[in-house]
Amino acid sequence: MRRVMTLYESSIGKKVAMAVSGLLLVGFVVGHMLGNLKAFQPWDGVGMHPLDAYGEYLRTLGYPVLPEYGLLWGVRLALLLAIGVHITAAFQLWRQSRSARSSSYGKARPQVFSYASRTMRWGGVIILFFVVYHLLHMTAGTVHPDFEYGAVYQNLVAGFQSPLIVAVYLIAVGALSLHLYHGIWSVFATLGAQNPKVERWRRPVAALVSGGLFVGYAAVPLAVLAGILGPL
Amino acid sequence: MNLTLHVWRQPSPRAKGDFRTYEAAGISPTMSFLDMLDLVNERITQEGEEPIAFEHDCREGICGSCGMMINGVAHGPQKLITACQLHMRSFSDGDEIWIEPFRADSFPVMKDLVVDRAALDRVIEAGGYISVRTGSAPDANAVPIPKPHADRAFDAAACIGCGACVAACPNASAMLFTAAKAAHLSYLPQGQTERYERAAGMVTAHDEEGFGNCTNHGACQEACPKGISVEYISRLNRDFLRASLSGIAAAGRGD
Amino acid sequence: MQLDARIPSGPIEKKWENHQFEMKLVNPANKRKYTVIVVGTGLAGGAAAATMGELGYNVHCFTFHDSARRAHSIAAQGGINAAKNYQGDGDSIYRLFYDTVKGGDFRSREANVHRLAELSLNIIDQAVAQGVPFAREYGGLLANRSFGGAQVSRTFYARGQTGQQLLLGCYQALERQVSAGTVKLHTRKEMLDVIVIDGRARGIVTRDLVSGRIEAHLADAVVLGTGGYSNAFFLSTNAKGCNVTATWRAARRGAGFANPCFTQIHPTCIPQSGEYQSKLTLMSESLRNDGRIWVPAKAGDTRPAAAIPDSERDYYLERIYPSFGNLSPRDIASRRAKEMVDAGHGVGELRNGVYLDFRDAIQRLGRDAISERYGNLFQMYEKITGEDPYAVPMRIYPAPHYTMGGLWVDYDLMTTVPGLFAIGEANFSDHGANRLGASALMQGLADGYFIVPLTIGNYLAESPRGGVDAEHPAARDVVREVTARQERLLAVQGNRTVDSFHMELGRLMWDRCGMARNEAGLKEALELIPELRERFWREVRVPGSAADLNQSLEKAGRVADFLEFAEVMCWDALTRDESAGAHYREEHTTEDGEARRNDELFAHAAVWEYRGDGEPPARHREELNFEHVPLSQRSYK
Repeated sequence: MRRVMTLYESSIGKKVAMAVSGLLLVGFVVGHMLGNLKAFQPWDGVGMHPLDAYGEYLRTLGYPVLPEYGLLWGVRLALLLAIGVHITAAFQLWRQSRSARSSSYGKARPQVFSYASRTMRWGGVIILFFVVYHLLHMTAGTVHPDFEYGAVYQNLVAGFQSPLIVAVYLIAVGALSLHLYHGIWSVFATLGAQNPKVERWRRPVAALVSGGLFVGYAAVPLAVLAGILGPL
Repeated sequence: MNLTLHVWRQPSPRAKGDFRTYEAAGISPTMSFLDMLDLVNERITQEGEEPIAFEHDCREGICGSCGMMINGVAHGPQKLITACQLHMRSFSDGDEIWIEPFRADSFPVMKDLVVDRAALDRVIEAGGYISVRTGSAPDANAVPIPKPHADRAFDAAACIGCGACVAACPNASAMLFTAAKAAHLSYLPQGQTERYERAAGMVTAHDEEGFGNCTNHGACQEACPKGISVEYISRLNRDFLRASLSGIAAAGRGD
Repeated sequence: MQLDARIPSGPIEKKWENHQFEMKLVNPANKRKYTVIVVGTGLAGGAAAATMGELGYNVHCFTFHDSARRAHSIAAQGGINAAKNYQGDGDSIYRLFYDTVKGGDFRSREANVHRLAELSLNIIDQAVAQGVPFAREYGGLLANRSFGGAQVSRTFYARGQTGQQLLLGCYQALERQVSAGTVKLHTRKEMLDVIVIDGRARGIVTRDLVSGRIEAHLADAVVLGTGGYSNAFFLSTNAKGCNVTATWRAARRGAGFANPCFTQIHPTCIPQSGEYQSKLTLMSESLRNDGRIWVPAKAGDTRPAAAIPDSERDYYLERIYPSFGNLSPRDIASRRAKEMVDAGHGVGELRNGVYLDFRDAIQRLGRDAISERYGNLFQMYEKITGEDPYAVPMRIYPAPHYTMGGLWVDYDLMTTVPGLFAIGEANFSDHGANRLGASALMQGLADGYFIVPLTIGNYLAESPRGGVDAEHPAARDVVREVTARQERLLAVQGNRTVDSFHMELGRLMWDRCGMARNEAGLKEALELIPELRERFWREVRVPGSAADLNQSLEKAGRVADFLEFAEVMCWDALTRDESAGAHYREEHTTEDGEARRNDELFAHAAVWEYRGDGEPPARHREELNFEHVPLSQRSYK
């Protein structure tokens, strides 16, 4: 543990913490997106909608070895911890960099301009706000017009009726994929896996994952808005 | 050709600086950028003002002394050269040129365009060497080194310590400088013994000097007059990670 | 002035070994109590400071640069010689010794040169162990090339950046000692004088280039590794900061200055492009392996190169020297180029160069092969001139490059002032009248790593230790003098810039004490220099104050010293009434127009003693004996 703490004290350590927590979160968003796509699974009208069934499955995963919700909460705590680490390290690194150049250039013309890399910090903040909103919207239902516990599919269709809300989701999902485009690409460098062999695949892998996520996540609200996914 | 220069003038480290405008008339395209500054300085001197202070020495792109932001770009608009190798044919008549010092809190401005880059020396001091006492070396051919490794080491060793990477980095990070030296030595068999202590020591010193951290923009690589690759940063990350997790970093650096 | 070289006895190959045994040693426990000042952080100074730190001395190392990694050693391109005989082509210590003495045109000290050749082996070992990435073959062993006309392949190189890589190795070793606390590095401090107490060098006076503070630093011995004086010509391949101040100030305090007229001109530099040019850029000599040198046969021919048919081109080196051709030695290639330009055959807009043409090599070997060999040099040339050397021939012209002369030193590298040592280009020791390619790095490192750290012990073991500080009256006197000089420079408040005087001096020296010299020109120079100096002190304008970073003031001090020193160069060139190596007196040539030595009268090092302002310096001699390399006339036909 002492070694991990020593590592964390350094700038590289904080970046490693961000990379590792980031990878965990990427794993989550990929899984989450795949789950979402259950919305498109045809339903024969008997029993639960596949999406609802999937939700139920997640809630009872590990039962009865673990208590009901046990694993779910475990995962949620892990994700919360990952988010906490990711944000704390990001903030500390931002503070370090800001104090490394307190007076700025009179005229600066960046020679590399990657929108993705320059918007990491603001993109991260947008994603954070969105996650809070999204939890209140689709998990807790607090800001949902007519939320019904466990009726995931119904909540989803009802929740995406407003074009404004769909727009918010699209912006957030866009921010997320931009964030991950640079994030995934960066992970290789930060964890020391950047070499000529990997180099060929870094950009494509980052583009594929972040692009795939955008399409996958945007599909559901757009389909609702387009009437492809309708009320049951 | 005639040019208008906006040059950062700052009389001393603590004084407030500002841009001052100078006309550079009758500039020949064959002049180097620093020849042009020399000429402007001759005129400023004759008018009784103090000339623009800027650092320079070899004027052939190898000593690393010169370094300034020219129109917002470290070492100016041409790739893979230093400010002293830039020639006026890269500009056209009537151009306005903004010239200011490299900016980073670890590079305090001393006067006008002159900054103090001693922080980079202190990073080297923290392990950027192979400990070999004079006279104790074995025969030079005792250890063959595969050519590809020697070449990779050389690519990293080409660093001239000018600080353009720091100047260009949005975070004012000196990771490219630090990583280049670490990689130069870690690609060679002679550098293996101290490899992880070196990574730990240099990164710790880098942070202590107040440089920012790397966010993989790659601006440093673009600015580097010697074309040093950001891949070396990744290599240093790996070495540092290994040093930390094996307890070398915790043990502290030292000789 | 006593000139005892103190050459150890015994056969030449045993002298250094015997001497190491005979030298007095400083007890390891006592080394810490000795303070040594090293001025300069180039190959010689940096290596000496690092090694003396390792040995346990308390070292203070000074540089006017912002870092110990900037000295001009860094710009050396070609390589470093060593008699390793890794190529199995018959090289040996003796052959390197022989070649160096002969190449120096018999004006160097045999014992020193032999030691240099011996130590060349250790240098390569040391550099490789430090991580210097020398070129290697596919088998992983070190590669060598033949350089500067040598008949064996003994040159080790690191692409075109050998000096840089060696200096970085040295700098890293130095920073290691800084971290260990054995060396205190003083950056941005320029040495402006030597403190001599009771006949011994006991310290230096420096100016802090940031605060302007003039400070005395006391020690038990002082080592100068402050480089050469090619910038006396203003335009040279040296870095802008290179200057003679440290060695000239030492000379004024009693150190003899040897052979100041031995200045080397490098044949392949990019010609001046305009009036305001600040320095000349060297292009590696290796280009002459494949490039052909020519000028238009008709003087004043202004057609572009491509429009001049072969029959109207004069490949003059190939014509005059059928066997060596374009690879003739530096001094010869330089002089022939100057003659061509002087006779109106010059090329380029200013008619001030000769062509170095790769057309035939590209046709024969293909563009790719040429690009692989010289790609980075071609690129560098294009950046500077805006011309593509694949398409149009390069233009080259000789430029001042290296100075063989320097402070006179004995076998221990100690000057005529006890306790004051000079190493690297700052001394005169090993290159005689002409330095061979790839030998400067070798000498700097031999002096710094292997010689002075040992010989200084021989001096320290029997000299007083400590007992002086900055309050010593002698130290305070020097501080007062240095301060007064700064104030005087600022007080002139004339109407001409420092650079304008430096340029004027440079032109004067280049015309009269440059590549070719004659009695009339030198006598004229000896009239003109004092006049120029006087005008300098009346008309120079140094803006700003002495109390902060003032680059004009720094330059002014250096130029003022060049204005004094240039006179000694001319005295030496005038009184050395022969041609030898790079010193070419037009009165002394062979029928073929080559340098003609006069061994009967001039087989000696001329050592100049400063005798006060306005007084001509006194000339002393160290006779040179050639017991191993028989005196002979060079011939490259």
